[in-house]
Amino acid sequence: MYLKKLALAGAISLLGSTAFAACSYENDVPLKSLSAGFEAWKAVTDAMAECGNFQAELDQEFRTKQPAAFEANPSLYHIGGVSNGTITPLLNAGTIRPLDDLVAKYGENLTPNQLIRVDGKIMAVAMMVNTQHLMYRSDILADLGIDTPTTWDEVFAAADKIKEAGVVDHPIGATMKSGWNLAQEFVNMYPGFGGTFFNDDNTTAVNSDAGMKALATMKKTLEYTDPEVLVSDSTYVQQQFQQGKIAMANLWASRAGAMNDENESQVVGKVAMSAAPVAMDGGAPATTLWWDGIVIASNITDAEADAAFRLAMEGLDKDMVTSANEAAIWLVDGYVPGDLAKGAIATATANPAPPPYPSTTQMGLLHTALGNELPAFLTGERDAAATLVAIDESYTTAAKEAGVLE
Amino acid sequence: MKFKTFFWFVAPSVFMMLLFIAAPLVSVFLQSFQITQPVLQQVEVETCTPGFLTQTCTTELKTIPIIDEATGKTLTTTEWVGLQSYRNVLQMDKVWAAIGSANFGDIWQIDFWKALRFTLMFTLITLPLVIGVGLAIALAVNNAAKSLRGPVIFISLLPFIITPVIGSLSIYWLFVGDGILTAALERWTGQDIAMFAQAWTIELLMYFYRVWHVAPFAFVIFYAGLQTVNMDTLESAIIDGASRFERLRYVIVPHLMPLIIFIALIHLMDCYRVFEEIVGFRSQAHVISLQWLTYDFLVPDDAGNRAVSRASASAMLTMIGIVILLILPLRRTWRDHKGGAH
Repeated sequence: MYLKKLALAGAISLLGSTAFAACSYENDVPLKSLSAGFEAWKAVTDAMAECGNFQAELDQEFRTKQPAAFEANPSLYHIGGVSNGTITPLLNAGTIRPLDDLVAKYGENLTPNQLIRVDGKIMAVAMMVNTQHLMYRSDILADLGIDTPTTWDEVFAAADKIKEAGVVDHPIGATMKSGWNLAQEFVNMYPGFGGTFFNDDNTTAVNSDAGMKALATMKKTLEYTDPEVLVSDSTYVQQQFQQGKIAMANLWASRAGAMNDENESQVVGKVAMSAAPVAMDGGAPATTLWWDGIVIASNITDAEADAAFRLAMEGLDKDMVTSANEAAIWLVDGYVPGDLAKGAIATATANPAPPPYPSTTQMGLLHTALGNELPAFLTGERDAAATLVAIDESYTTAAKEAGVLE
Repeated sequence: MKFKTFFWFVAPSVFMMLLFIAAPLVSVFLQSFQITQPVLQQVEVETCTPGFLTQTCTTELKTIPIIDEATGKTLTTTEWVGLQSYRNVLQMDKVWAAIGSANFGDIWQIDFWKALRFTLMFTLITLPLVIGVGLAIALAVNNAAKSLRGPVIFISLLPFIITPVIGSLSIYWLFVGDGILTAALERWTGQDIAMFAQAWTIELLMYFYRVWHVAPFAFVIFYAGLQTVNMDTLESAIIDGASRFERLRYVIVPHLMPLIIFIALIHLMDCYRVFEEIVGFRSQAHVISLQWLTYDFLVPDDAGNRAVSRASASAMLTMIGIVILLILPLRRTWRDHKGGAH
């Protein structure tokens, strides 16, 4: 039985790979790439590999390795996979090259939307957008007669009813693992209340009314989540959903596909997506927009860069998108948005639209400060006002050490 | 031994120690008094981000480093800042403020002191437990029937050969959420249990894990030591009517004393660097250790910033802490050593 399944799986995966049209040319320059390891990157790098002479490294720790690897001369990788959060150190160090001439040469299939321009020069080519949006159990909400929540107040009201009905262990799941994930929750909520992160002199502005409101909302969430929420990351929340333990979560769009994975999920077809809830009336959805895309290293020869870009375009073509349509919210021509993409698209096209995650040096520092100082608030060791002061102090210390503040 | 022979015997290890221990130590020591910063400029930059279908472009003032045209690297400046990084880590002003206002709880809000509190408690609580449990297993095995000894030794050594990170992850998975042990406990007590929701349960699991992991090491050492206990002394103690406990107290433990000191030394050094439990248990929200703090300073954020100066200061403080902890047992060993030479 097991063998049979294995053979079947093998056959299907073979089918899957032949679904890609073979590469339209033969690549004769040895090329390497370093990117994150999620499904979309796998699809793209697989498509690139068909042209030969290409080695892809898919590593979730890419953000730590990339700056140093690209600074080497010659660079250890030709192609880099980045997001708007992780492109900053590469831009700052000048280790990625402007792509204008290469786009002119090979980019005939790119849409203007994909070209990431910094200071007028194309520095990256985006392939997909990602955002955190509301995922909910449509069956449970329908049973209890709850409309799809569009604001956080409605989310809490719905959570109250779900809690009362007792149909799941915890009404809400949240990616509040202390550190990066928890900080991201604040980064989502805070602009939702109209907050801005920085003043013009690079000091942080989180110690504000919007900051207090964002903290209050986060604390309110804890009433409905698993008590161990401070150790739960995206994968954990995804699994809680798949095992039917939670009913709602503001989770990454890139996790949506897993809900319908029959091998893992007990809730296939029962999870629906809608726009991220707004935090206040007339506000933008309380989330940030992200893109993922490719960059080309500076410290390589022009011939290598030419070959690398050509190969990347081969990986980002229509055939790849057609065969991996559900893997991401693609920006590439040929993408047909399915049901799973509805929420993310509604979020991105909302009016007012949520802000893109700011790709600045200061944001990196603030993100760390948030991740380190927020847990004490959520465990109840410190009140909201003191927490905002602590975040401000922690950021200021780090910013002075990094030279961002005098 | 001739000096020349001796020299060539130790030269390779001395060289390695200088290269891999002394040199990095000096470098960290120096870096803890320096701050290296990129030279920054503020420029107005227009950045375009894709939405779905259309782009949004924003023009904002960005702080970015200046790149040296000649080398292609970012320009940096290195400054001597004295004890600034130590002040940033220790935050003594807040400590004094907390003591002044008698809000001692506020001290535990500061990362360094929070980490020190846990690290010290962790080290000092597990030390007697490791020695006690190790000795107990050694005595049990020593008194077990010969045919049983082999398998018992094998099984009790198993925890020690597990890689610490893997071991702590296993414990985490056994207890997190509805892990099998939590589920079993819930069925048994009829209550909803969340082991990773509060600090004290996490700490308990950490103590348990460390003792479980290190006790076999103490056991092996003690078991070897037990083989050399003087049988004549033991027999005369029996004839003198010493009870089992008295024999342990007055014959066996004094005999094993140098080994106990040895294990205490190793354990203090290891435990003060507690790290795997924090990462494996994901306990950062509730419990952090000094070593984790250094690591956290060193890990670059998405924008590539590392707090190298504070990491160096924190590493030096950790080393100072270990030295202070080791002074007591080392002095004893030194005294014994000198006494033994007479």
